Amino acid sequence: MSLPSLTVSAQWVLHLLTLLLLPPLIPGLINKVKAVMAGRSGPPVLQLYYDLAKLARKQAVFSRTTTWVFLAGPVGTVAAGLVAGLLVPFGHTGTPLSFEGDVILFAYLFGLARFLTVLSALDTGSSFEGMGAAREVAFSALAEPALFLGFAALAKASSSLSLSTMLLGSGLGSGRMAGPLILVLVGWAIVFLAENARIPVDDPNTHLELTMIHEVMVLDHSGRPFALVLYGASLKLLVLGALLMDPVLPRAPQAWQNWLLFGAGLGALAVAVGLVESMSARFRMTKVPQFLLAGILASAFAFLLLLV
Amino acid sequence: MSLYLIAVALLMCSGVPGLFLRRRGGEVAAGLMSLGALMGLTAAVRVLAGGPVATLVLPPAPLASAGLLTLDPLAALFALPVFLLTACAAVYGIGYWDNHQEHARTLRLVLGLLAASLAFLVVATHALPFLLGWEGMTISAFLLVLTEDRLPEVRRAAWLYLVCTHTGTLALFGAFALLSAATGQWTFSALPLGFAASGRGTALFLLCLFGFGFKAGIMPLHLWLPSTHAAAPSHVSAVMSGVMIKMGILGLVRLLCWIPDPPFWWGAVLMGLGALSGVLGVAFALGQHDLKRLLAYHSIENIGIILLGLGLGVLGKSTGHPVIQVLGFAGALLHVLNHSLFKGLLFLAAGSFIHATGTRDLERMGGLGQRMPWTSGAFLLGSWAISGLPPLNGFVSEWFIYLGSFRALGLFRWPWSLLVLTALALIGALALACFAKAHGAVFLGAPRSEAAGGAHEAPRSMRVPMGILAAGCALIGLAPMLLAPALDRVVAALGEGTRVQPLAPLAHLPSLSLLALVLLGLAFLLWRWLRPLDPGRTLPTWDCGYAVSSPRMQYTASSFADGLVAGLRWALWPRSRGGKVAGCFPADHPFESHVPDLILDRITDPAFQSLSMGAVLLRFLQGGKVHIYLLYVLLTLLTLLLWMVA
Repeated sequence: MSLPSLTVSAQWVLHLLTLLLLPPLIPGLINKVKAVMAGRSGPPVLQLYYDLAKLARKQAVFSRTTTWVFLAGPVGTVAAGLVAGLLVPFGHTGTPLSFEGDVILFAYLFGLARFLTVLSALDTGSSFEGMGAAREVAFSALAEPALFLGFAALAKASSSLSLSTMLLGSGLGSGRMAGPLILVLVGWAIVFLAENARIPVDDPNTHLELTMIHEVMVLDHSGRPFALVLYGASLKLLVLGALLMDPVLPRAPQAWQNWLLFGAGLGALAVAVGLVESMSARFRMTKVPQFLLAGILASAFAFLLLLV
Repeated sequence: MSLYLIAVALLMCSGVPGLFLRRRGGEVAAGLMSLGALMGLTAAVRVLAGGPVATLVLPPAPLASAGLLTLDPLAALFALPVFLLTACAAVYGIGYWDNHQEHARTLRLVLGLLAASLAFLVVATHALPFLLGWEGMTISAFLLVLTEDRLPEVRRAAWLYLVCTHTGTLALFGAFALLSAATGQWTFSALPLGFAASGRGTALFLLCLFGFGFKAGIMPLHLWLPSTHAAAPSHVSAVMSGVMIKMGILGLVRLLCWIPDPPFWWGAVLMGLGALSGVLGVAFALGQHDLKRLLAYHSIENIGIILLGLGLGVLGKSTGHPVIQVLGFAGALLHVLNHSLFKGLLFLAAGSFIHATGTRDLERMGGLGQRMPWTSGAFLLGSWAISGLPPLNGFVSEWFIYLGSFRALGLFRWPWSLLVLTALALIGALALACFAKAHGAVFLGAPRSEAAGGAHEAPRSMRVPMGILAAGCALIGLAPMLLAPALDRVVAALGEGTRVQPLAPLAHLPSLSLLALVLLGLAFLLWRWLRPLDPGRTLPTWDCGYAVSSPRMQYTASSFADGLVAGLRWALWPRSRGGKVAGCFPADHPFESHVPDLILDRITDPAFQSLSMGAVLLRFLQGGKVHIYLLYVLLTLLTLLLWMVA
């Protein structure tokens, strides 16, 4: 099957469809990998789709102490994630929206999502959710500089400020860029694991509330709001995953090949996350800042390498 | 210009009728202030929209040179928040500080005087009216801080403020003297090329930085700011934080207007101070549990952001990169306007629940969102904007500064702007944490005290000003291109002699507002999807199976910030006392922790205390005996005589 080069509108449609429909597949893949590694058969890959469909029909329960802010968290996470998804290219398939400086908006959209999630956690008045919220803001204060230093390095290397040229720029393939690029990717991989609440920063499967970060903030959400929370988390995996993979994906001549490459890359990322989760334990909470500092240092060294 | 001067006169007299009225004094004052504000805003907007620049020339020869007062675009930009915020504060004051409260009449009178001095100060382009306006502002603000003068901490804060700000004014006298020696006149005018690089140029810069920096609250000079903002009535704090400290920035910007060739290191110094104020300001804010002190530290943080922008602009100007110059200056100036909008909003919202609960302590509030929905919404919007999150106005000004520093990365051999970039990213993340803490502790969860449980929504006269400021935040955030032409005109004044580029295409403002609308649209659709659900079943919060939960078990503001405060221990030096329990059945144990100010409590206070202890040793010189004093006189005369002969 060979498709002609896709038109702009077709690219838009494909991008939007991927953005809207693909995300719940990624956690499914990760869980499958973990199950296989542990010798279990595990839930089906499409499990999150079933969960979302079920939650959308369920009645929500609200705590007496909550106000409308309680719903702003899930709504804001998904809305901000979708807008951020419009800015990031999915491999070499073209971005719907790209302008100079969209990197900053991209990063701040995740800030917005975090702000609203934290507020909706605090709205319940539960001490556990407050604990999770406090950890979330503390750790993200370290993740933010790592992300921005990585952006600075790529911006310096590609002399561009828009996400698509920065991530897919032609200068990235050259030998001189390899070192800095690897360091940036190491820094961002740490940010990716922290922002998505994966092992070794946070364990998405734990049910011990005292040790959780992200999961504990949504203990009181149920029904449709909870469906949005789950969907928003998977959306974040997709969008930040695309950010992480874009610099290493090769460019293919045909559009459909690029889409295939992107899909393959995403699958590989999910497998990698699953392998990390199967092979390592969660850090002690006091170790997490050191892990995140390593991310900052990796990005900073990437920038330093570019100066010499 | 005459419209503007009438507006100033109206502001000045706004409190006078209230002195003689038994009732309705607040309404009359607010009406006069609003009228004056409307006139002043009209004059300012006309200049910003491209109208002619108006100047006032007085006939007497020494004053007649170029103009005492000039309403140029820069003055007009600073005049916007002056009029808007003071009028909002006056309207707010009707409900917040009514006739029953102490000194209500003089408070209104002096608030009018403060507004008039501020409005006069922004258009002053001559040393004499500038210093007149400066002193008027300082003294009226001092009187406003003293409103609750029966409280000792208020008297101490007001005294500290007066001392600090007059120390700064002393430096300004020196700066203006240098200026007039260089240009031969007291009117503000451009300095000759090469002056900035000379020794006197350096002295001028340092004097201005010290004098204006004291007023603006740049980090080592901020010592008066937290206690003063906490001691003043909330609407006065709003004006002080939103407008008055910006006059320090106005002074620095005026200085930059006179200098055609600022040296590179000026920019570096401004950026360094900006990063210091920004990061430490927000770090200290995280450690506070007095809400108004928290907001005051955030003013220091925002002054830091403004300085980062100014420093970047100077960097661009001194190296001849107009793009960076435009983005840096535009970001800084827009942030001046933005900060007065959202900080004014936050202080007014803070005032309205301090009014309702009678406490400023974050640990005693909670759950006010259900009882005060409007105030809660206003505070949320203000927190959102001040954390620099899209799609509100705080994001737009930070966006300019980010763009400028990203661009500068590629232009220079050394990445000076990396400092700006990392500082902004860190400030953004910490500000988010701090406002999540403040909003969460005050409005969300369950009430932590009886006062918080019995709170009631603020009256309409207090809600309307908050609504106006909130609308301003949203408007600039959603449609920043409306302001772009005005900013271009202001930045042109700063870029005298260089090629200046228009802002709107440089910063892709239309794309920004398009995405803001997409975001809001998506949020609306998702909201609609959630809403039809019947929230009929309401239960207590799931506390992981614990049955007898009480509001006191909630995460407090201090515990929320504890992780970050511990991580920033090297800068904050938090103090804690108690909390050690021993034995199997420990008794009640008190625990307290707080973060004292690094400069005031750790350096200045001990230094002056030991100084006054040392002064005791000199006391024998002044024993109160007249014949000893006569001996001093004789000795002095003899010394002088000897000196003359020799």
